[in-house]
Amino acid sequence: MNKNFSLWMLDYGIVLILFLLIGIFSVASSNFFSLSTLTTILRQVSIIGIISVGAAYVILTAGIDLSVGSIACISSLTAALLLKAGWSIPVTIVVTLILATIYGVFSGCLVVFFKMSPLIATLGVMTSLRGAGYLITDGLPVFGFGKGLSAFGRGYFLGIPDPVILMVVIFALGIFILSCTPIGRYVYGVGGNEEASRLSGVSIGGVKIFCYAFCAMLSGIAGLVLLSRTNSGQPAAGVGFEMDAITAVVLGGISLMGGQGKLPLVIIGVLIMGVLSTGMLMCNINDYVQQVVKGLVLIAAVAFSYVSTRLRDKIITKPND
Amino acid sequence: MMSDEIILSARGLSKYYAKVKALDNVTLDIRRGEVISLCGENGAGKSTFIKLLTGAETPSSGTIVYEGKEYSSLDPQLSAELGIAAVYQEFSLIPYLTIAENVFYGRELKKGFVLDKKEMSRRVQELFDQMEVDIDVNKRVCDVGVAYKQIVEILKAVARNPKFIILDEPTASLTLKETEIFFNVIRKLKENNCTILFISHRLEEIFEMCDRAAVFMDGRFVTVRDVKTLQMNELISLMVGRELSGEYPTPKYHSDEVILECKHLKNAALKDVSFKLHKGEILGFGGLVGAGRTELARAIFGADPLSSGEIIFNGRKYKPKSPRKALSTGIGLIPEDRKSQGVLLSLTIKENTVYSSLPKYLTCGFIINPNKERSETERYISELKIKTPGIDQLTKNLSGGNQQKVVLARILSTECDVLIFDEPTRGIDVAAKQEIYNLMCKLADSGKSIIMISSEMPELIGMSQRIYVMGYGQITAELSKDQFSQELILEKSALGKAE
Repeated sequence: MNKNFSLWMLDYGIVLILFLLIGIFSVASSNFFSLSTLTTILRQVSIIGIISVGAAYVILTAGIDLSVGSIACISSLTAALLLKAGWSIPVTIVVTLILATIYGVFSGCLVVFFKMSPLIATLGVMTSLRGAGYLITDGLPVFGFGKGLSAFGRGYFLGIPDPVILMVVIFALGIFILSCTPIGRYVYGVGGNEEASRLSGVSIGGVKIFCYAFCAMLSGIAGLVLLSRTNSGQPAAGVGFEMDAITAVVLGGISLMGGQGKLPLVIIGVLIMGVLSTGMLMCNINDYVQQVVKGLVLIAAVAFSYVSTRLRDKIITKPND
Repeated sequence: MMSDEIILSARGLSKYYAKVKALDNVTLDIRRGEVISLCGENGAGKSTFIKLLTGAETPSSGTIVYEGKEYSSLDPQLSAELGIAAVYQEFSLIPYLTIAENVFYGRELKKGFVLDKKEMSRRVQELFDQMEVDIDVNKRVCDVGVAYKQIVEILKAVARNPKFIILDEPTASLTLKETEIFFNVIRKLKENNCTILFISHRLEEIFEMCDRAAVFMDGRFVTVRDVKTLQMNELISLMVGRELSGEYPTPKYHSDEVILECKHLKNAALKDVSFKLHKGEILGFGGLVGAGRTELARAIFGADPLSSGEIIFNGRKYKPKSPRKALSTGIGLIPEDRKSQGVLLSLTIKENTVYSSLPKYLTCGFIINPNKERSETERYISELKIKTPGIDQLTKNLSGGNQQKVVLARILSTECDVLIFDEPTRGIDVAAKQEIYNLMCKLADSGKSIIMISSEMPELIGMSQRIYVMGYGQITAELSKDQFSQELILEKSALGKAE
């Protein structure tokens, strides 16, 4: 096989998989291939999409963040409570996002200053925040505040749902920071070789804390989007978000070993997750089976990422070098 | 108990790594029951030779004859079955197991399915008593000192009743007292007709312990001599007996102005190191691997902490807090291990070049300006003669010499005044070496001050204007240009004492 074509397939083969999935579901369910389904899928993935951008940053530094779902949840609860207490929408948003960022800074500090494994640090944060969510709400949904925020969740701009626009904007911001600013460059450097980065004068602690904080802030935004869509704060919301976000990031070709991968393809990963869940729903595949499939997709994606790295090295070093 | 019987003989052993000859056609007979030492500088081929005997590496050509049987290569398991055991400097002990458990690790004694701890302790204690090592074998390894760990490591090998033991710098971490215990163990082993191959950089030990000394140089076997009829200075000249060759550029700039002065630097690896670096000078640091040269460089650069001492840079006090601080102060390090510490393999040449000095290339204060980035990288590519198809090439696709130049470009773009090169030409080809030398010379002429750590004698002598020799974390000599000689450097390298 042609060398360049093989490399291209390793990088962009994921796009073909997306089309393949769309094809399969279109055949399996007659209603699947339509504009309204597409809009539904996009609107549904917008929350995971926003989180995936943050998750990608953390994973690029060879870390992982399990707390994204809990942060999204507690952010939506905080905002709901504040709105109910009569705070204005802008102030509520700012306060909620500041709090969310603080959770991320906390995780980042655990990783940087206590050399904690990111898995454990964010597992702790995830569990405590989940508990805190139940505490501040007594485990009951929060509702009965104005409809101001839900105008966003249900609104459209140029025929595209607002949350989808927000997701696209956040992806653009994420791509911009990664490719055009020093901190973005350092994210790749720290993930690729931490020691060499340190010896190059990069504050690796600062870079890592930034990534966890950024990821947490985006999770907070996702929480607000969630709130605007349901117009009620649910203390059990956001369970499993970390799973979907990590899968989307790995499907997008970002290596769990850090330092490698491009953010734009993560959109494809996000879409695959959305097509899968909506498609399975429309084919009346039950929830339990869906979970099994999602888990298997994560495993397959990580396995493929390992195999593809080895294949790539093989292809590159094969002839004329 | 030494006999004339040959236990092991190497016949024309060679080992190539890619194009580099690590070991070249070595033929050597080792007699049963003797203590034989391998002597030579860093990179003489001693470690490679050992690796072939333990089966860690396979010979590119040649054979090994062991007890009359010929093998084209050994593997670790076969080597162990033949009774060859090796003890390395790095510990392979498990800290939270007892000494007895460590000795039997991987071949535990069992009663049915259960470990027979009593019997294991008894046997190990017996072995230790027999070797006159006074220690309780039921202590956990983490509770004994470093020196005893080394002894335990050796006895772990001895417990397998080997016929042939290889010891790689076993005394490097021992103090005088433990060295005596160690020598005693060696004598006992000799009485049991065990053959011992011994590598040590402390030449006096060779004269104290060994029957014969085999000299290696640049991957070749030079000669093997009876220690009884050998003088220390004779051994040294055998070890360095190469002609100095190669052309080295000479820097023209000279100044007596001191740019960097270190006073009484101490940390885990350094024992009171003081030295001065002049402006525009190329200052060499010689010594053996592990003498503390890399640690000194890392401490000055802020990569490892200092416990005490003072550094004056450009007339001002400088505290090396972090590499970031060092770079902004004007001190740069080109690290020894290029692939793991120097170049960022997953980034492009451009990204590597500007990595340490990104704030210089911003527009609006936070966006990287691609034009500035490009022009700066292209300037360095032409200045340093980096061979690459383009600035967006990933550095992992470059040759070693070009990767080294990319690291150099990154440090140069920070506009440092002091550059520390740690083994600048390790693993790069001859042509690229020459280019690195010319660059260093050009930098010195432009007023930069250079510290060069090198284990390659010709390079060290050819490039340096002054040389400090280090041994065991101390500076053991300061040599001016007219004093340079391989013999003197080697002799001074063996000085200094472990504490």
